[in-house]
Amino acid sequence: MDKVVLLLGITLMYSTPLVFGALGGVISERSGVTNIGIEGMMVIGAITAATTSYFTGNPWLAFLAAGAAGAVVALLHAVASVSFAADQTVSGVAINLLAPGIALFSCRRFFDGGATTPIVTKLPKVFGDGWMADTPWANLNVNVSTLIAFLACVIMWFVLYKTKWGLRVRAVGEHPAAADTLGIDVYKTRYVCVLVSGVLAGFGGASVTIGIISQFTPTAIAGQGFIALAAVIFGKWTPFGTYGACLLFGATQALTIILGGGQSIIPSSILAMLPYVMTIIVLVLFVGRSVAPKADGVPYIKGSR
Amino acid sequence: MNVLIKFLKRPVASSLLAILLGFAVAAAILATTGFNPFETFGTLFYGALGKPKYITNVIIKATPILLTGVSVAFAFQTGLFNRGGEGQYVRGTSCATIVGVTCNFPAPIQIPLVVLSGALGGALLGALVGFLKAHFGIHEVITSIMTNWIMLYLCNFVVSTEAFHKPNSNTALTVNPSSYTMVLPQWKMSDEGIDYLLKVPWLRDILLKTDLNFGFVVAIFVAVLAGILLTRTKLGYELRAVGFNPEAARFTGIGVKRSVVTCMLISGGICGLAGALNITGISPHTITTLASQEGYGFNGLSVAFIAGCSTVGCIPASLLFSGLTYGGMTVQQMMGVPSEIINIMIGVIVFFTALPAMAPKIATWLERRKKARQSIDTDANAGEA
Repeated sequence: MDKVVLLLGITLMYSTPLVFGALGGVISERSGVTNIGIEGMMVIGAITAATTSYFTGNPWLAFLAAGAAGAVVALLHAVASVSFAADQTVSGVAINLLAPGIALFSCRRFFDGGATTPIVTKLPKVFGDGWMADTPWANLNVNVSTLIAFLACVIMWFVLYKTKWGLRVRAVGEHPAAADTLGIDVYKTRYVCVLVSGVLAGFGGASVTIGIISQFTPTAIAGQGFIALAAVIFGKWTPFGTYGACLLFGATQALTIILGGGQSIIPSSILAMLPYVMTIIVLVLFVGRSVAPKADGVPYIKGSR
Repeated sequence: MNVLIKFLKRPVASSLLAILLGFAVAAAILATTGFNPFETFGTLFYGALGKPKYITNVIIKATPILLTGVSVAFAFQTGLFNRGGEGQYVRGTSCATIVGVTCNFPAPIQIPLVVLSGALGGALLGALVGFLKAHFGIHEVITSIMTNWIMLYLCNFVVSTEAFHKPNSNTALTVNPSSYTMVLPQWKMSDEGIDYLLKVPWLRDILLKTDLNFGFVVAIFVAVLAGILLTRTKLGYELRAVGFNPEAARFTGIGVKRSVVTCMLISGGICGLAGALNITGISPHTITTLASQEGYGFNGLSVAFIAGCSTVGCIPASLLFSGLTYGGMTVQQMMGVPSEIINIMIGVIVFFTALPAMAPKIATWLERRKKARQSIDTDANAGEA
């Protein structure tokens, strides 16, 4: 029983940054803009959150600042891919190069040449610190960012499928020219979606540095953005599908940690492969062909056929 | 002016313009953070080209990213995004190490054996990704990312096995010396060789202080070969046709599924080759326990994009990339500028290469301005007359 609770707790903890990143991917790609740069935006969110929390002592402000910083980076991607009809993959890769550079450069500038920040104030836990601290249930008392991630998922589902604006986003992602003839501003819609995706990715980075660990390190964000991207495709570009995919990734990670804890006959490096092997197997057996939004990754140029 | 306009319309102009902008942005950041940009760039050039040893190291470090760059460019031209270079590279190093430790033939057999086994390892891994895409419709980006991590842990597993582990270290056993592809590996360590090299300082600098090897020659050969394969052969035509429009390609009788697998097989093989050449060419000639991705595959993406996804263009792009990162270390040591400024610079360069229409747009603007001025001139002349 303890183990199950522990598994659940670790799963939720590890999936949170992935959920934010992946939701960012969903909103951007549903509007037709591929966003490989999620990883980079998460890194910027991570450093901003840790630095803001250090200097202000207010983790909530830090969380919001991380979202804003993510949006600033996303703006670069939006300008390139929406206004300049750039190759979105290349622009995303560029952001992934730029962002860690900027993050470490500013970390060294702010903290006397150090590659990590000092320990900073974290976001609180959902039920506060005292909640059943000595019982096994304490592992379920997750960081509040986990709850925010779930709410973000519900909100995104509601917006995408139950509002007029969501319908427009999906139309722009499937057939921008048709949407344009109906008077929808394709460029504006895509700009908003990419910016929102940056905000979410920024939150994702913050959920690592002020949610899980309590400082920025160069390896704080090590591939979560790419796994989130995989979760988007896995979840077939829907908010809840993506959320499920993130939970699965989190669960396999948690399983690896728990199995690796005791005396184990399986070598640890083989065990560590488990999440990734399982993902491929699940994809082959259950998910199959995934179809991206039709105009995903295709720049829209007004008036062109 | 006409020459400039003509030049700006060529694809290489976009890359050069992007590089220029990369330096400009880096200079702005340096200036605002209190460093002298000119001094920094001076040190950067010195650190990359200042001594024969530096130049050699730049070439050595350019070798793997040239190959991973060619791999990405090759796949990109056939409509696939190979994000798995990282894993294919690591697979190449692991396979080369396993074969290089187990077998011990004379060099003319051993070297091709070790190098090709690495390439084969990468190729099979790439083909798996291609197979999963072709037959199950699983996006190559997901499987690539997953295989990157699987290969990292597989490498660590190989290091930890009893047969290959080097006691009291975090590395595997080194491959047998007959696999070495350095320039004159035995001679330069012999008494006679050292005696001779003492008399020729620049050669000593190159041979003794670096692992100068034949990898870069092989890499250039592969880059040219990949270019010829894509543009001058039937197979290359088919691969590109599938990338451009799979439905149309299928209609003309091209096996789309087979094409996807073939492309990933070749692309993965090139990355595997990069790994194998690093094992045979540079010390420690073995694999080490990896804590995180080393970035060879990822840097290959940057190289390919700076080169505008031309396989031959990857040659100068990889030298630029390697020169900047290697020179960046000197900048950090001598001036205390965080070497991350180089990552920012490369990021900016790649960002601007994403806007391929930039240089032609400037050309059109110049042309229009020239025409406008000419018409004003003719108007003025007409008025005078």
